[in-house]
Amino acid sequence: MSTDLALLTIFVLSVFVGIEVISKVSSMLHTPLMSGANAIHGIVLVGAISVTGTASGFAVVLGVIAIVMSSINLVGGFVVTDRMLEMFAGRKPAKKSDQGGDA
Amino acid sequence: MSTGAQLVNLVAGVCFILALKGLSSPKTARRGNLLGAAGAALAIIVVFSTGADFQRVPLIVIALLIGSVIGWIAARRVQMTQMPQLVALFNGVGGGAAALIAVIEFTSAGATESTVAVVATVLTVLIGCVSFTGSIVTFLKLQELMTTAPVVLPAGRLITSAVAAGSVASAVVLIGSPSTIMLAILCLFSLTLGVLFVLPVGGADVPIVISLLNAFTGLSVAASGYVLENVLLIIAGTLVGASGTLLTQLMAEAMGRPITNTLFGAFKASTATAAGSGEERPYRSSSAQDVAIMLGYAQKVIIVPGYGLAVAQAQNTIRELVDLLTERGIQVEYAIHPVAGRMPGHMNVLLAEANVPYEQLKEMDEVNPEFSTTDVALVVGANDVVNPAAREDKTAPIYGMPILDVDQARQVVFLKRSMRPGFAGIENDLLFQPQTSLLFGDAKDSLTKVVAAVKGL
Repeated sequence: MSTDLALLTIFVLSVFVGIEVISKVSSMLHTPLMSGANAIHGIVLVGAISVTGTASGFAVVLGVIAIVMSSINLVGGFVVTDRMLEMFAGRKPAKKSDQGGDA
Repeated sequence: MSTGAQLVNLVAGVCFILALKGLSSPKTARRGNLLGAAGAALAIIVVFSTGADFQRVPLIVIALLIGSVIGWIAARRVQMTQMPQLVALFNGVGGGAAALIAVIEFTSAGATESTVAVVATVLTVLIGCVSFTGSIVTFLKLQELMTTAPVVLPAGRLITSAVAAGSVASAVVLIGSPSTIMLAILCLFSLTLGVLFVLPVGGADVPIVISLLNAFTGLSVAASGYVLENVLLIIAGTLVGASGTLLTQLMAEAMGRPITNTLFGAFKASTATAAGSGEERPYRSSSAQDVAIMLGYAQKVIIVPGYGLAVAQAQNTIRELVDLLTERGIQVEYAIHPVAGRMPGHMNVLLAEANVPYEQLKEMDEVNPEFSTTDVALVVGANDVVNPAAREDKTAPIYGMPILDVDQARQVVFLKRSMRPGFAGIENDLLFQPQTSLLFGDAKDSLTKVVAAVKGL
């Protein structure tokens, strides 16, 4: 039971951290933020790998599908977010002045 | 799991927190994203070292490579206009994967699972399946492979409620006495629920749904972390679930109505009346030459870019026009509605791609008071975000959404392909006002002609 409680504690604290870290985001960055958060939950790949490693029979097939799906999510998510942010970062001087107005 | 592996997972968790934190500010966003990717890579390398009974490593690596290549190519090739669809798709496969993991773990551990683990399994499967099919329907809507209008089935609410009740009932039975058959039934119910949940959502509200489904997938991943007793999955999933929920709320605020309104069909009843009226009203169409003269002799011009601009790939042409007007000493600004495009913040991404300088981009609150002193408002491929019905007509489906006050400018020019209503399917009164002129055609062609005409002035 203590493991369950420890996991529950982590869950509850993560909720607060999740809300706190994005509470001051400007609407300009909503799209990359959504896409970046999308990439982060692709880490479910770790779970897909570990269940497939110990599964047997038909479950292996399902596991392979889960690995393919979650790696699309993870890799694709980070790459496309980087592509977007690369364009934002392309014009440093313009961005600086905007920053001042935002903060 | 070894202590070393757990420590690495902690590091990866911190990377994700910093990644989200970084993404909230333009200065640190790219670094934040890369940090997140590094954390993910670290966690994946470590997972291979977690158990002695770990089998089929080559098979796993091949599956991993296949998925990575597909994701990479899709991410590299996608056009910026199609970003919302891609995010929906990535989100769907993530949710599906979480559900599959819970199913695999359940079938291999079976009745020996503790109640907590079964509850977590049920939640993962339920939320993951809803997110999976919901995201796919969202993708189909955005890609316009199916109608973008709300799909309202006869007795739709009743069916949806029945399916939702079925999901909950099968979940409860499953927790009481775990069996594979019941799990399969739960899967079917939740997959259907995902479809029914998104079908009645209208086109303009789809971005909010993507954000919500993103939060769902996060929660599903967090629940799968309980199933596998994996702390990293709990941290990452919960972070995305919590921040996604907040983000969804922020977006709903930008649309001017509560989130429940979006989901449970404010668009349903009134769409027909709004679209039906005013079919044959007179409007004034004009030529590129007229528009060029209007713009060329104005003192102050505000450009209102919409999704149509991006579809026509006219971002560069509009920038050329703005440069020309600026050279003539005219004050030019862009007015960016928070939900311009098909995803909040989408227009900023699209204009960034065309190297439009930030200082010319004005947010809605900042630019609205300026319309009354503006000579020409040039609306390119936008419609719903400038529709005064949102302010005046209580029966309009978009009533209450904050809009750009384009109607207060002395003259308004719309570049449109046709008189067809916008993504939300609502007629725009402003098109028929005396101060409004319409220039029909593909946005890029029209703008190219206007640019040529301005050069000739």
